[in-house]
Amino acid sequence: MRVAVPDVLTGYTGGAKHVDADGTTITELLEDMDRRYAGVRFRIVNERGQLRPHVRIFVNREMIEGLDQPVSANDEVVIIQALSGG
Amino acid sequence: MSESTNNPPQRAGRLFEPLGEVGSFDPGRHDPVDLEGLTVLIGTRKGAFFLCADDGRAAYSLQGPAFLGHIIHHAVADPRDHRTILLAARTGHLGPTVFRSTDFGKTWKEARRPPAFDRPKDGRVCDVVEQVFCLAPGLPSEHDTWYAGTSPEGLFRSEDGGDTWSPVAGWNDNPMWMQWTGDGKEANPDGSPLHSILVDPRDGKHIYIATSSGGCFESEDGGASWKPINQGLVSPVPREITEYGYDPHCMVMHPRDPDLLYQQNHCGIYSKRRHDAKWRRIGDNMPRDVGDIGFAIALDPRDPMTAWVFPMDGTDVWPRTSPGAKPAVYRTRDGGESWQRLDQGLPKRAWYTVLRQCMAVDDGDPLGVYFGTTNGEVWGSTNAGEEWRCLAAHLPHVYSVETVRLDR
Repeated sequence: MRVAVPDVLTGYTGGAKHVDADGTTITELLEDMDRRYAGVRFRIVNERGQLRPHVRIFVNREMIEGLDQPVSANDEVVIIQALSGG
Repeated sequence: MSESTNNPPQRAGRLFEPLGEVGSFDPGRHDPVDLEGLTVLIGTRKGAFFLCADDGRAAYSLQGPAFLGHIIHHAVADPRDHRTILLAARTGHLGPTVFRSTDFGKTWKEARRPPAFDRPKDGRVCDVVEQVFCLAPGLPSEHDTWYAGTSPEGLFRSEDGGDTWSPVAGWNDNPMWMQWTGDGKEANPDGSPLHSILVDPRDGKHIYIATSSGGCFESEDGGASWKPINQGLVSPVPREITEYGYDPHCMVMHPRDPDLLYQQNHCGIYSKRRHDAKWRRIGDNMPRDVGDIGFAIALDPRDPMTAWVFPMDGTDVWPRTSPGAKPAVYRTRDGGESWQRLDQGLPKRAWYTVLRQCMAVDDGDPLGVYFGTTNGEVWGSTNAGEEWRCLAAHLPHVYSVETVRLDR
């Protein structure tokens, strides 16, 4: 499926703002993204498997409630990385 | 020490190109860097900068930033090969990592497995690495060994030059970890780091560490077990327990006399020999109107009795600026029995702080001393502190200053 990547992570995707990745859940999707774009998963989730602060993931324009949320091939996935601080 | 079982999956290394078209938030965004000779490495809130000295240390040229926008808590060169540089980095909310260059800063790679905690078994709150705070090389005979200290107070080891990091389980999973560190209950506003890692040059299994909310600890078995060594220190809060609950700001070991430790503590300046029962408060000999509160301390590698500190105002709400807003370095040449004020060339009034990793010496003769400030200045002296000049200004908030002589 198509995944929109925030600007702050495009250093991991070779500059691509949209990438393809597969999986039946968000967890699997992030693992597949990491196989294709080394290092990107650890910038989205920490070592406890939790979304890092200010990261949000939307599926078909609805914010996910957990990383085990199912996804399918035609879903639109958008990863948002808010910036804060100075 | 056990291998991690819950670390992020291994990843292929990612090469950051130093030049070219990059996005506005590209993690690899930086100006060209190509370092040579005596170099001052500067970690800042917005990236890494470098000052390269000419042969006589008459002029220093500024390079960088590398990794603009990243918080660089520590920039350290490998004293074993004089060409490798490691950066302890974090970008906003993207979490901690380590960047490495093995070609004098020209190209960089991110660690394939950055420091990350194993899943704790004791219900602690602090179970995620927020910052890689400090980096320390292993022994000269251990070519690729590095240690990293993190916030919360984690200890990690790499045996491949900083590419992959494993928890030092004897510390991170120690049954006393929650009591020793406070598990975040005593966290500083910017986090509670494990900020000092000292490896005995005679015995790589003999290691000291210091943490902000626990104190100083010693291991004689490569990190498998630890004991607190805090007797004699003053605690910032009244408490009955005397083995831990102290606030060393920076602990250093003399390279030629590794049994001699110094520390700048939240509550004074201390020294201790390895088998002494207690730390001795050598800061009591500082002028009363200046006091002995500060963050940083640096030693003369040729003389175990010589040290430099940068006192700060620790009265009422702790402004942490220089006492009376009059910046000065203080030096002892007799192990703390007496101290001399060294402020020639420094501003008459200024309101900055010198943080715990922001004072360093070089290998010149006379010795060079350097410090970085929270208002983005780097000051240097090429005569052991007698005279100072500003080597760089208008940088971001300085988090670390180190030196190295890079061999081309």
